[in-house]
Amino acid sequence: MTIGVPLLALFIQAFVPLRFPRFAVYLDLPLLVTIFFAMARRNPISGLFTGAVIGLAQDMLGHNPIGLYGIAKTVVGYGASSLGVKLDVENAGARFLVTLGFYLVHSAVYFTVARGMVNMTQHWSWGNGILAGLANAVLGAGLYFVLDRFKQRT
Amino acid sequence: MESVLGRYRNLIILVGVLFLQVLGLAVQVKRNSNDAQDTRLIRIWAVGAITPFERGLVWIENSTGSLWHNYFYLRGVRAENRQLKQQIEQMRLEQVRLSEDAAQARRLQTLLAFKEQFISKTVAAQVIGSSGSDLSRVIYIDKGENAGVRRDMAVMTADGVVGKVLQVYPSVAQVLLINDQSSGVGVIMEKTRLQGVLRGAPNGEVVLERVMSDEQVAVGETVLTSGGDQIFPKGLPVGTVTKVGTGKEVFLNIKVKPTADLSKLEEVLVLVEKQDREATADDTVRVRAADILAQRLPTVPDKPAADANAAPAAPAGVAGEGSSIGQTPSVQKTAVPKTTAPNATAPNATVQKTAVQKTGTVAGGTGGAGRAAPAQAKPASAAPKPPKASPDQTTSQPPADQDSPH
Repeated sequence: MTIGVPLLALFIQAFVPLRFPRFAVYLDLPLLVTIFFAMARRNPISGLFTGAVIGLAQDMLGHNPIGLYGIAKTVVGYGASSLGVKLDVENAGARFLVTLGFYLVHSAVYFTVARGMVNMTQHWSWGNGILAGLANAVLGAGLYFVLDRFKQRT
Repeated sequence: MESVLGRYRNLIILVGVLFLQVLGLAVQVKRNSNDAQDTRLIRIWAVGAITPFERGLVWIENSTGSLWHNYFYLRGVRAENRQLKQQIEQMRLEQVRLSEDAAQARRLQTLLAFKEQFISKTVAAQVIGSSGSDLSRVIYIDKGENAGVRRDMAVMTADGVVGKVLQVYPSVAQVLLINDQSSGVGVIMEKTRLQGVLRGAPNGEVVLERVMSDEQVAVGETVLTSGGDQIFPKGLPVGTVTKVGTGKEVFLNIKVKPTADLSKLEEVLVLVEKQDREATADDTVRVRAADILAQRLPTVPDKPAADANAAPAAPAGVAGEGSSIGQTPSVQKTAVPKTTAPNATAPNATVQKTAVQKTGTVAGGTGGAGRAAPAQAKPASAAPKPPKASPDQTTSQPPADQDSPH
């Protein structure tokens, strides 16, 4: 499950936009998987490494320099696991809010690094950002539920 | 000291991991490795892990789809067939017109010793994946190094340009789409012939840059490749102008809608081979032996005046157009010195032929006398037409810009 789920998330993230182009604009499955594993393990070191590995793998599929998603997901992994230690993130409402918050954190880190270090032209739109955050939060709440069931069985 | 390290252990590890990634990023940026050459080995792992599944899924999807569409879902096929036949008829008529235009363009290119780029070989490939991010607009195709695909090859569909090959792996290649912000395509407007650079915007739109604000650009105008980037052959359709506004500094802000649907790509063509060669004139100026003889005869110049005067049966419509016999000799004077040049080499002969054609046309157009003189008019206005769309030029090696105006 530790390797299979992130791989599956990366695969779906790369394949589905071929049929539904807006999927890649609004949804980030690898981010949801990072948040789930980080919160489930409640260990910041494990969380940050999970985020780093998933983020770097996502970078490798694109053509931008490797490390942009890696850095952003490392921060998210660390933050989500630290939060998982202190708060009860088992209920759907909390997960919804946590996912929304971490989506915005992820976007902020990514855009900062992309603009500051790589000199990429990025435009931040609050409307699109919040919309995408909400979409990820809704999907995340459902996905975490499925992954919880799957984890219990295994 | 140990207690401090223990207390902030998680934070120190976080900073360490972030530092390593920032360092790696800085190295890539310093080496300007936006084309991902330095990180090729690492990327191969990810591509190798993901693309086999994507390839399998695409295969299953296509097999299922073709089974359904080819054997079960045949509703409306007859009507569609009828419609396509009508379309073919219309296109045949169009083809005749275009082949005439193309032949004319080729004649002119021959005169100017133009070098054209011919698309001589393409490889069809299936789109099997994407980067999965709207910040990196790349796709993966199922043909790679083994199929002859190389870096910087142009990728297109029947509708227009798609992008260029960025990375090549043994059986997979990564294609940078024209709507990615790091891409750039040299383009030219079809009517106004204004040149610019097509780039992707961060939001996925395509904009035309480097067109001065004092130029007139109309919405709906077609944008073609200019060939200046040495990747895309000249004349391939790229898109149409959808919006024109004032941009930064002295340039216009022109939005372009790509002709190829970049969001729903399934099959693409990779231009694996193109040739630079001069336009040949062997098919365009087919000179008859009688024409050559007529040109070389020393007495040819004197005849028309007499023939023209004696022309008994000029067509009424032509002869009545205010023709004057006096014009004919002047036309002939233009033609004669050239046609009688003894050391005419092949290209010169072409020029001579055209000069004769032009003067002949003038003679025919302005005076019935010129037309009535067969010895003069024949080599000129009645020169044999180029063959219609010989297989060499239209089927096997169509010029890239055959359909585009020059």
